[in-house]
Amino acid sequence: MRVFLQVWRQKNGQSKGRFERYEASEVSPDMSLLEMLDVVNEGLVQKNEAPIAFDHDCREGICGMCGLVINGVPHGSEGGATTCQLHMRKFQDGDEIWIEPFRAKAFPVLRDCVVDRTALDRIIQAGGFISVRTGSAPDANQILVPKENADLAMDAAACIGCGACVAACPNASAMLFTAAKISHLGLLPQGQPERHSRALAMVKQMDAEGFGACTNHEECEAVCPKEVSIDFIARMNRDFAKAAATFRPPKARGGGD
Amino acid sequence: MATAVSFTASSIGKKYVMAVSGIALFGFTMAHMAGNLQVFLGRERFNGYAATLHAMPAVLWVFRGVMILAVVAHIVTSVQLALRNRAARPQGYAKKQSLATTYAARTMVVSGPILFFYIVYHLLHFTFNTLHPNYEVTDLYSNVVASFRQVPISVSYIIANACFGFHVFHGAYSLFQSLGVNHPRYNGALRSLAMAIAVLVTTGFIAVPVGVLAGLTK
Repeated sequence: MRVFLQVWRQKNGQSKGRFERYEASEVSPDMSLLEMLDVVNEGLVQKNEAPIAFDHDCREGICGMCGLVINGVPHGSEGGATTCQLHMRKFQDGDEIWIEPFRAKAFPVLRDCVVDRTALDRIIQAGGFISVRTGSAPDANQILVPKENADLAMDAAACIGCGACVAACPNASAMLFTAAKISHLGLLPQGQPERHSRALAMVKQMDAEGFGACTNHEECEAVCPKEVSIDFIARMNRDFAKAAATFRPPKARGGGD
Repeated sequence: MATAVSFTASSIGKKYVMAVSGIALFGFTMAHMAGNLQVFLGRERFNGYAATLHAMPAVLWVFRGVMILAVVAHIVTSVQLALRNRAARPQGYAKKQSLATTYAARTMVVSGPILFFYIVYHLLHFTFNTLHPNYEVTDLYSNVVASFRQVPISVSYIIANACFGFHVFHGAYSLFQSLGVNHPRYNGALRSLAMAIAVLVTTGFIAVPVGVLAGLTK
């Protein structure tokens, strides 16, 4: 099959980008979209042109590194899958495919379709540590976790931090990502000691990075490759409000330094 | 106090302000609608209701104070949020496909300002009587009927209240999410409730100009 590409090309963060049209011929329908781009890039390299830069790593849909906006949908229209899991059989012969980077102030373009998503890493870092007992391994079921909570925590922990939620949100909000990260620890007994300080710190960092705020469009949930539910955003709001209402600066009277 | 300030400075705190002020404003509109519909019970009943309210200036002004606070909080916060959201994406997409959002959600930033201008007009129209100096303050019934017999005025009220319906639908549905009052068992019901409420208030408010035009009042 043969497809036409409109790809965002941008030399670096300072330069102005533009769309460039490419033709990809002899595309196998069994190729993934990224493999098709690899073939296009080989052709570009042979012509002594700069290949199209795009992020990717595991190509198994689990690492969260790839992320392109394909025909206006982050990760493309496969649903519940990352960009690398989108195959050319989803397109028709002769289709024009628009490929753009994730767009957000907090995700500056580094080159072509590669954006800097370290803002998400800084939100996680702001969450800090959890207090755990060190020493010998505890018994498997020493700490009891209700099945429902374990399931919910696992659903939240499924977030691979790809940033598609930010890319899809009309407000470029990172609330689904932050909510997933706050919730997966907040639902478990091991996450309780720092539950409040974590919610406060992560939301503060999220705001500082320049992400927008949720206006409940539900676009994030629709594109999330791990189908993380916006119910977690409500849970984050609840946790944050409780934490803000009851926060006391630490004040050790005895046993301190 | 420092915590309250930092709470309302955060994006989530601002969503709480929007939700709480929205609830207050919505509560007012329900009472307002119930008052309006008395126009169909006749001149004496309607003017009597207006007179009862004006006979309690203390209650009226406490009520108005709360409303002014809610309106200011709702508008200031929404402008702050809209600016923040706009700044969060300096460069848009060449192609953007929406998968889940609704018409009501996308037009909140449009229906909000329309409602603001409508409320200013509405206050000048019926509360301060600046637009129609010949209106008799004690005979609200005649003012209402005379106004809505003019088709352009009726049409502008009907359009504004249709906007209000969309605004209330998205607002009523989203405020539970903002406040964190959310549970998979009730989410579907909350959405239906928001729709029912939006239809109810829109119908209730539109009934007055439509009723006057249809000749249901004397």
